[in-house]
Amino acid sequence: MTLDDAAPEPLDETPPALGVDALLDDPGTRIVVCCGSGGVGKTTTAAALGLRAAERGRKVVVLTIDPARRLAQSMGIDELDNTPRRVPDIKGEGELHAMMLDMKRTFDEIVEAHADGERAAAILNNPFYQSLSAGFAGTQEYMAMEKLGQLRSREEWDLIVVDTPPSRSALDFLDAPKRLGSFLDGRLIRVLMAPAKVGGRAGMKFLNAGMSMMTGALGKLLGGQLLRDVQTFVAAMDTMFGGFRTRADATYRLLQAPGTAFLVVAAPERDALREAAYFVERLAAEDMPLAGLVLNRVHTSGAAQLSARRALAAAENLSEAGIVDLEDGKADRGDTGSGANSPAEQAGSDDPVPAAGATGTATEDQGSPAEGPSVDEITAGLLRLHAERMELLAREQHTRDRFAALHPEVAVTEVAALPGDVHDLDGLRTIGERLAASGAEEAAP
Amino acid sequence: MSRFQVVSGKGGTGKTTVAAALALALATAGKRTLLVEVEGRQGIAQLFETAPLPYEERKIAVAPGGGEVFALAIDPELALLDYLQMFYKLGGAGRALRKLGAIDFATTIAPGLRDVLLTGKTCEAVRRKDKAGRYAYDHVVMDAPPTGRITRFLGVNEEVAGLAKVGPIHHQAQAVMRTLKSRDTAVHLVSLLEEMPVQETVDGITELRAAKLPVGRVMVNMVRPEVLDEAALRRVRETPPRAALAKSLSAAGLGGARRGGGAERLVTPLLEQAGEYAERFALESGQREVLAGLDLPLHELPFLAGGLDLAGLYRLAKILRKQGVA
Ligand SMILES: Nc1ncnc2c1ncn2[C@@H]1O[C@H](COP(=O)(O)OP(=O)(O)OP(=O)(O)O)[C@@H](O)[C@H]1O
Ligand SMILES: Nc1ncnc2c1ncn2[C@@H]1O[C@H](COP(=O)(O)OP(=O)(O)O)[C@@H](O)[C@H]1O
Ligand SMILES: [Mg+2]
Ligand SMILES: [Mg+2]
Repeated sequence: MTLDDAAPEPLDETPPALGVDALLDDPGTRIVVCCGSGGVGKTTTAAALGLRAAERGRKVVVLTIDPARRLAQSMGIDELDNTPRRVPDIKGEGELHAMMLDMKRTFDEIVEAHADGERAAAILNNPFYQSLSAGFAGTQEYMAMEKLGQLRSREEWDLIVVDTPPSRSALDFLDAPKRLGSFLDGRLIRVLMAPAKVGGRAGMKFLNAGMSMMTGALGKLLGGQLLRDVQTFVAAMDTMFGGFRTRADATYRLLQAPGTAFLVVAAPERDALREAAYFVERLAAEDMPLAGLVLNRVHTSGAAQLSARRALAAAENLSEAGIVDLEDGKADRGDTGSGANSPAEQAGSDDPVPAAGATGTATEDQGSPAEGPSVDEITAGLLRLHAERMELLAREQHTRDRFAALHPEVAVTEVAALPGDVHDLDGLRTIGERLAASGAEEAAP
Repeated sequence: MSRFQVVSGKGGTGKTTVAAALALALATAGKRTLLVEVEGRQGIAQLFETAPLPYEERKIAVAPGGGEVFALAIDPELALLDYLQMFYKLGGAGRALRKLGAIDFATTIAPGLRDVLLTGKTCEAVRRKDKAGRYAYDHVVMDAPPTGRITRFLGVNEEVAGLAKVGPIHHQAQAVMRTLKSRDTAVHLVSLLEEMPVQETVDGITELRAAKLPVGRVMVNMVRPEVLDEAALRRVRETPPRAALAKSLSAAGLGGARRGGGAERLVTPLLEQAGEYAERFALESGQREVLAGLDLPLHELPFLAGGLDLAGLYRLAKILRKQGVA
């Protein structure tokens, strides 16, 4: 984006405000899912929502997937034991429990729950199970769903807030479990299991031919032991996966049920908002309830009346004058064109620019130290900083407008970027307040 | 300079961008580089503003000075067919397998197999020579999986060599590991000056070192320019010369310096922004120190405001070259 003097065109329709407190307070809200592409602040938002809901009196559990280390420590969930822990120091009557998902542990537990001792051991020790449970694409999403189902069926909490796994695409959360399920339900698995069961007679012939060809080729490629491992694995898992699929399907339906609300988290950046738009469209197609968009890490400025271009011109002005100062030591910048640069100065209350005494090496105030930057240098720096901020604001506004134009129905709440990371309960409270702020304005006109 | 350069890093930090810039930077003075993509996302094609890449080495850019950059997006299914063909002369049977879903199955059920194919195919390009005995590519750069998976990805052939104790697969796996652990290879990590990416970088390096894989450089991406130096920041935070600032702003043509004047009203918000900048600056300095403590060559690439296009990519390449990566 260029240094545009004009502020971005205001939208005719600003998006509706998302009432976060109303959502959290509603006893009908049982599950809140935070989705979005990687690094936008899903985990932070989920934790902040959980904390806010708890401090507004609800009994909440937050399922985080990959919290930043310090954040996890501050909630006391940095140890992976795969069960919710009560977070201390919560204000008010409510309760906050939090946990960090252990994907492998969750998978192992399902195996242990569905298979008897010997069979379970065979599966757990199978090399294919191990690579599947440790990091197959989609396993994390699958296990997040599984854990959500488990937490929900315990009926211990009024509200479950779920974070989603870090992935490039927000859609992975919805698609990956099905992909894993359909893979395990796939044609080939069935062929491997029992070729005779599939297809009619003609099909059988083809499949048998294909089968022997394939096991032959794969056997050569992978070695006989490996192929046997695959076959045992498939055989062992088969009985269980019926159960898996049923569970995954049940959880998926849970996501469609009233009481579930999706929040799409995005940073005001092109890629993140594009992902958010895909997700919004997908939720609609799946009849899944979208509560709104959390626009996280938005930038603002208290001096938005000063455009990037004017700030830069003014900074330039000061720097040039500074050079002149250095050269002849007595230049009076009051004359070197400051007036020419302020044609747009609008405020009626403005005093005329005092020509004298405006030179930057001013010695009043605390006085500039002998060494170090002069006041003019600092001013120029502040103005450049401001120009940078205004350019960022313009870029952000542009991407947001695009989203709003395409999805005017989506309610939005904005969370300003904090200068530092969010890594303790106070930080989460601040985020929570900001999450709730835009809806609150709406509610109390 | 290592002939095979692997670029990893936390998701979204700029692996694809940095890998592409590096491939351009290495293609100086008539050299030829190959840029390899393994995640099937067509990130390279997007970056170079071309149509999706087929599974085929293809020239995508000419570097300043006449060098050439080729690109290859490896499709694991097709790579598996290649392998079957290479080792077993499968012919039409390969296609039948594919139809049946066997290839998909094999690469899905054993994620390791996929990685074997991707690393194997890449190493083949690294080692390939022409008839005159010259390397086909002076350098091969890989846009690799993220830090969390990189050690396992590169180490997969070790597992395979262990599983298949004899035969062509065993030898192939061993040859790949030899290349990966040699001085011909360097694994670079892309980071940002933020807590989580830096943490991942530190963890990733520990893992790579434990697996005896050669760690190369740390590429700090999207570095914002320093607008106010430490001295200036200290001054505005500790003893902000408010009145003098107002006068200075006024002198620069931004309105009156007196109370309520245009310039005076700017002082508070501008100082606030400086305060935020200072906080970020301190945070970034802290992260920079952590990275410096790793004792690896450190490179910084600027944040290109307004998005990254092809021209921006060439700029990053030039910066890398200036910093001596080529
Ligand atoms: N130096 C830079 N200045 C400005 N933008 C940048 C810079 N480097 C990368 N980007 C932008 O950041 C985004 C992420 O970059 P990129 O796709 O290279 O990351 P990645 O690590 O490959 O991501 P993934 O983990 O999704 O593969 C892109 O939009 C890219 O254009
Ligand atoms: N509004 C915000 N202001 C400042 N930092 C933020 C904000 N939201 C998130 N962060 C920081 O950004 C980083 C990534 O956030 P995280 O919630 O882990 O993202 P995700 O779960 O989407 O990958 C963390 O270091 C977090 O502290
Ligand atoms: Mg997260
Ligand atoms: Mg990439």
